[in-house]
Amino acid sequence: MPGAEILLEPGNITRLLGGLWVTLQIGLISIALSIPLGIIVGMLMTLKNIVVKIIMRIYLDFIRIMPQLVLLYIVFFGLATGTGLNFDGITSSVIVFTLWGAAELGDLVRGSLESIPKSQYESAQVLGFSRFQTFAHVVLPQAVRRLVPPSVNLATRMVKTTSLCMLIGVVEVIRVGQQIIDFYRFQYPTGALWIYGAIFILYFLICFPLSLASRGLEKRFAK
Amino acid sequence: MDGGAIAAGIPFFGTLDWDFIAENTPVFIEAAGVTLNISFWGIVFSLLLGLVCAMILELRIPVARQITLAYIEISRGTPLLIQLFLIFFGLPKLGIRWSPELSAIIGLTFLGGSYMCEAIRAGLESVGSIQYESAQVLGMGRLQTMRFIVIPQAISTSLPGIVANVIFLIKESSVVSGIALADLMYQAKDLIGMTYDTAETLLLLVITYAVILLPISIIGTILERRFDYARR
Repeated sequence: MPGAEILLEPGNITRLLGGLWVTLQIGLISIALSIPLGIIVGMLMTLKNIVVKIIMRIYLDFIRIMPQLVLLYIVFFGLATGTGLNFDGITSSVIVFTLWGAAELGDLVRGSLESIPKSQYESAQVLGFSRFQTFAHVVLPQAVRRLVPPSVNLATRMVKTTSLCMLIGVVEVIRVGQQIIDFYRFQYPTGALWIYGAIFILYFLICFPLSLASRGLEKRFAK
Repeated sequence: MDGGAIAAGIPFFGTLDWDFIAENTPVFIEAAGVTLNISFWGIVFSLLLGLVCAMILELRIPVARQITLAYIEISRGTPLLIQLFLIFFGLPKLGIRWSPELSAIIGLTFLGGSYMCEAIRAGLESVGSIQYESAQVLGMGRLQTMRFIVIPQAISTSLPGIVANVIFLIKESSVVSGIALADLMYQAKDLIGMTYDTAETLLLLVITYAVILLPISIIGTILERRFDYARR
């Protein structure tokens, strides 16, 4: 196929990888922030307090029902006019993906905590476990088993969705790709096919192992 | 405007330009039409593709099965935005030229097919072989077994997943603005850029998506309860 040489032009692949690293960093930072926040959100969701329950419900439902791109617009365009805070695209993305990750992970944490039957707590009490011991030795190991596979799945979705950052002006892999295509427009007229094809494959190479890991863990923990 | 007068008493809403909102509501209704049109066809074709894939996997058709499995991994392992860029900007270099609308529908179908396949398979697999055998013993034909035994039970398991996918695909369709389709996101960005009425535009955007997605989510919950034969 003619034109594939565009990928071999010095620097092009490195530039693409650099662009991908920008989105990956946004994904990784958001995932790292989502884990502690998600655990807190999940614990808040299990509280009986009606006010906390309603706030958490609205938070989760709003994040769930709105497309991620709308959330990005709200933070990127809206917060600047509403509060005077001016976030760049990368900061806006990290805020949105963290809010999203914390909500979704929180719901997973809630589900796994609620899936532990009451008899487990009672049995632990009978055996003389303190509340902390019950949580650390009885509840947590069982909750984590249910939690890890869907959490890895969520991480895959977050990494995939970071591609949207491009639409609020973050210079990431697609934007770098566009620059390369434009630069070599006359030399390689078919550049778009190869560059977008390469980006497609790069994303797949990141997401596929994560999805395999999620399934592997699911099988391991199902026993 | 009465609503404006009432809302003006509430902070935030009081600062909004209600004339702007009234003036631009038709723009959003029209853009919602674009979003809904693309999503609708994307969902219909996703369901069909998902059904075909589920059948291939269930009947274990050689070669086709391997291709389907590879397709599912690729479809789930790549973002829709990249799929759209490859379809809309990349494929024309191979002589395959589709309009933005068609590219968007094809992209959504490519993404949605694998998700629908999974939802449909979950339903089919939830019906145990004992159900088929019992139906046979009762003298039911294959068609009758499907119609009265398997499908009613499969639907109850599949439906929540299918409705979740419908919502997912409508939400995902928000990225078609990336290939210059005048959907809700595109119009919102356009209005923000032209007028700087950011708060008003974002409010319209959020309300429009809520008006589209909330009823589906509620219908989904109702259907889930109604079809809940398997667990009753």
